[in-house]
Amino acid sequence: MVATPETIEQLRSVTDEKYKYGFVTDIEADVAPKGLNEDIVRFISAKKSEPDWLLEWRLKAYRAWLDMDSPDWAKLKIDPIDYQDAYYYSAPKIKDGPKSLDEVDPKLLETYDKLGIPLKEQEWLAGVAVDAVFDSVSVATTYKERLEQEGIIFCSISEAIQNHPELVRKYLGSVVPYTDNFFATLNSAVFTDGSFVYIPKGVRSPMELSTYFRINAQNTGQFERTLIIADEGSYVSYLEGCTAPQRDENQLHAAVVELVALDDSEIKYSTVKNWYPGDENGVGGIYNFVTKRAACRGRNSKVSWTQVETGSAITWKYPSCILQGDNSVGEFYSVAITNNCQQADTGTKMIHLGRNTRSTIISKGISAGRADNTYRGLVRIQPKAESARNYTQCDSLLIGDRCGAHTVPYIESRNPSATVEHEATTARISEDQLFYCCQRGLSEEEAVSLIVNGFCREVMQHLPMEFAVEAQKLVGISLEGSVG
Amino acid sequence: MALLEIRNLHATVDGKPILKGIDLSIGKGEVHAIMGPNGAGKSTLSYVIAGREGYEVTDGRILFDGEDLLELEPDERACAGLFLAFQYPVEIPGVTNTTFLKTALNAQRKGRGEGELDAMQFLKFVREKAKPLGIGDDMLKRAVNVGFSGGEKKRNEVLQMAVLEPKLAVLDETDSGLDIDALKIVADGVNAMRRPDNATLVITHYQRLLDHIVPDRVHVLADGRIIKSGGKELALDLEAKGYAQFGGAAAA
Amino acid sequence: MAKETMTDFPLAAAFDEAAPRLPGSDVAWLDALRAQGISTFRAHGLPSRKVEAWRYTNLNALARAGFAAAEVDVKLAALPDGAALALDDACSIVLVNGRLRPDLSDLDRLPDGVSAEGLGDLLRRAPSRAESLIAPAPNASAGALAALNDAFLEDGLILQIEAGAKVDVPIHLVAVGVPVPGKAIAFHPRNLIVAAAGSHATFVESHIGAAQGSYFSNGLTDVRIGRGAMLTHAKFQDESAAAFHVALVRASIGEDASYDSFVLHRGAELARHEVHAAIDGSGAECRLNGAYLGTGQQHIDNTTVIEHRAPGSRSSEVFKGVLADRAHGVFQGRIVVHRDAQQTDGNQLNKTLLLSRNAEMDTKPELEIYADDVKCSHGATVGELSEMELFYLRARGIDEATARDILVSAFLSEAVSELRDETLASIFAERITGWVDARHADDAEKAA
Repeated sequence: MVATPETIEQLRSVTDEKYKYGFVTDIEADVAPKGLNEDIVRFISAKKSEPDWLLEWRLKAYRAWLDMDSPDWAKLKIDPIDYQDAYYYSAPKIKDGPKSLDEVDPKLLETYDKLGIPLKEQEWLAGVAVDAVFDSVSVATTYKERLEQEGIIFCSISEAIQNHPELVRKYLGSVVPYTDNFFATLNSAVFTDGSFVYIPKGVRSPMELSTYFRINAQNTGQFERTLIIADEGSYVSYLEGCTAPQRDENQLHAAVVELVALDDSEIKYSTVKNWYPGDENGVGGIYNFVTKRAACRGRNSKVSWTQVETGSAITWKYPSCILQGDNSVGEFYSVAITNNCQQADTGTKMIHLGRNTRSTIISKGISAGRADNTYRGLVRIQPKAESARNYTQCDSLLIGDRCGAHTVPYIESRNPSATVEHEATTARISEDQLFYCCQRGLSEEEAVSLIVNGFCREVMQHLPMEFAVEAQKLVGISLEGSVG
Repeated sequence: MALLEIRNLHATVDGKPILKGIDLSIGKGEVHAIMGPNGAGKSTLSYVIAGREGYEVTDGRILFDGEDLLELEPDERACAGLFLAFQYPVEIPGVTNTTFLKTALNAQRKGRGEGELDAMQFLKFVREKAKPLGIGDDMLKRAVNVGFSGGEKKRNEVLQMAVLEPKLAVLDETDSGLDIDALKIVADGVNAMRRPDNATLVITHYQRLLDHIVPDRVHVLADGRIIKSGGKELALDLEAKGYAQFGGAAAA
Repeated sequence: MAKETMTDFPLAAAFDEAAPRLPGSDVAWLDALRAQGISTFRAHGLPSRKVEAWRYTNLNALARAGFAAAEVDVKLAALPDGAALALDDACSIVLVNGRLRPDLSDLDRLPDGVSAEGLGDLLRRAPSRAESLIAPAPNASAGALAALNDAFLEDGLILQIEAGAKVDVPIHLVAVGVPVPGKAIAFHPRNLIVAAAGSHATFVESHIGAAQGSYFSNGLTDVRIGRGAMLTHAKFQDESAAAFHVALVRASIGEDASYDSFVLHRGAELARHEVHAAIDGSGAECRLNGAYLGTGQQHIDNTTVIEHRAPGSRSSEVFKGVLADRAHGVFQGRIVVHRDAQQTDGNQLNKTLLLSRNAEMDTKPELEIYADDVKCSHGATVGELSEMELFYLRARGIDEATARDILVSAFLSEAVSELRDETLASIFAERITGWVDARHADDAEKAA
């Protein structure tokens, strides 16, 4: 690990920062009545003028959900959630929806500015198109025209339902069926918005696509649904970021992300999650129960998940790959940091179905304070996955003696020509490392941040440049107060 | 009749053509060297001769002592008197060097219709062969190549060669990773085995091994073909001028 | 916790009839223990695959087979020849269908410092002394099958090594399963091994079948290792091909004590060897190693839980196995490091070779860590023989079948050599070689 002067400078500049995204935007909102029932499902569908098939699909999901139990196998302590004590729809009031960015409510633009996500195209990091989701709805999508020239569809899923119903109908629920699991089923019933991406045959997206999620309203669950389809021979890199205001109650975020990769295509999906984690006593914070799954349907297709998880009070999340196409590749690179009273149970599933499929899992868990951090992963080699390969490495780092780090891998091999390798280690930051850094002039917190960033390097280097810097800062911020 | 006769040999790896028509004839008592840039197909040639799976011969033939080598399994080739000194000797945890050598030697003796050596006879025999190579009992007791240094691994290959007494030894980059002292021990070991009825094929990138194991013929392999052959002076010429004279392949 | 489903296992019904015949059936504490056991078992039934600890081991076949309580009298005049491990000067104690058989045992020539007695005998003679011995440790894990063992508590070996005794004669428990034609029988041996402070001893188990046929052995062994004591505990599981073998070992390891355990699985249709080791004292060491050889439709499960409850302790595990035909292997290994168990060193390794297209391996190596000054690691691999190693051997003239045998034996030897007792290690190595040779011969026969 090399401590570059820039890294140290960056870290120094952030050591005093607390959760800086904790403000609330005062904006008039269009809100559905509290609680959850069939009428709410119909209300959401009607608000979005959805076709009947979609309403039916939502209702089927809702009815299935009523018979399901919240999963209890994760290593998480979750207070029972009262699903009737939440709003399932909240949209900033806008007249007829903005036609262009100029019509977006200045308060919203200001909010995203404060978050460091300027929606004015000229100010945004060159070459990143953004879909901004505020509570339940998408408020703006940038660079749409530029992308349209390439035939790329990048819009909110609500718009896609109106304008590209054939694509949505074909792929929605094809990777994560509405019966999949408690949270995904709930999402299928009440999802309000999210992003939709379609990359046509042979097209490489000329820029990074990005969605930025913001939960603002109180007692509001966010149920976004993202669907990305990479047609034959295409490529896209997609970024997802999230923040929420600092509130004392817990907020629910139950998203579903579906990726479909056809022959010779590649999807790179990066997430930097910085939901409000709650305070140091575990009050407040987001419950993040997310289902993310990719179907590598095509030959030689590739999906790579990279995530940096620093926020949320509770994280329950397993971005997975179904490696169906021969020679398809799945990758999972993860950093999960938990501090104070945060709990994370996260990992991946790699399901090898096709011949010569390959998967790589690199997971780095960092636990501090009284937090618990669990890696849970499944590697399954099915009988037809001739010559499949998996390599998994899970490393955990503990900071302080009140936290927990757990590794729960499941390995199921049904093909002798497959090779599955799993390695895991757990260690702490050594006194020697700390002393060495401190002797060179770093404060203890800087030293920890530096060492942890080094520990995560293998994962961080898979993030796009724009995100990597932010992610490094986050590491420092998340670990504040973890030493001394 | 030549000991090894390669005619118009074409071979592919993963469907990719690597050897594109090789002709080579090595007579008894001769030492030949094949030199060439990285990626020329040198290791592929050695694997094809030894019969490694995945190295597919698409055309041509190899005769070994008049017998069609390509018809034989790898172990049958070894029993017929073919030995490959690996560029990267394989580590086999849990199998001691002694057990390995004894099993191999007895398998070959059996194949030749000779009686097997018992443990005592074998140990005496192997110690005799090991001594000049600086291989002591401790190294014989360790698992095959596990934890061996680069030099130890190469000396171990030469020991196996000395024990198995092949008709043809193919040395694949045996000089790589060796310092000058180790190189000399290895070369002395190889030279000690030269006899009128056996032969050696030395595959190398550098000329320096050929100072110690002096070849009768030198062949230049580039892009899957032997593009030049000559006497030992060809190696010196290559050392001075490099492979660039033979075209783009040298860049690797 | 998911609901366990298979509740109509006939043994649950058989209890009421069997209970009055069990030794010490009028002793209050014993009745209470058995009643608690059967009510727990009745409430849960046999664990289904919805129970996380049984995720990969399906007991449907066991449920189908029924199994009644074992017959009281089994005629067995002598041990089957060559089936148990050949430990020349060991002191043998023989269980037949879970019952101790003094007539076949060496109880009259126990080494100094060793006491061995039958649990059934003790329950009849001095039940109050048995109570303190049988009482499980406070953190001892239970489960439906342990509860079933409580319910049918009847006999087994109580082995005690005196404080400071250095016993160099191995104590060899030979557990023989004798199938009863036309009847599926079950037995529930309960053993206790106590190695008092500063003692050194070796305890070896051979589980063998007297004839082909089905039976269900549901054993539970409590192991207590006192301060500074060293216990070697090796087991050879070579039950009849149609037998079910489930065994739970609950070990508690005291300060500076050492537990060196090894298991080799070769027999049984379904075998599960489960060890729960609690490291209760600082400076202690726990080594759980094993090898498994699966052919046919065998199912072999090794499940271990090591709990580090005290600082400065070490644990290590190496489990290696070879699965051929349609064999199914399971390894579940959990290392738990509790809050105050600082300076823990824990390593775990599981490697499996799949020799056939239909063999299957499920591995779940798990770390659960609550202390920061620890070094823990685990590794797992599943794959076939290395093509390169095979080629290297063949390039030296060794034919393919022999080369495979050599590599398989070498692969397994890594686990066997973990046993510190070299004599024992070589005895187990011979059994492995025997298995490899037998398979080789089988293959040759099939090919011919």
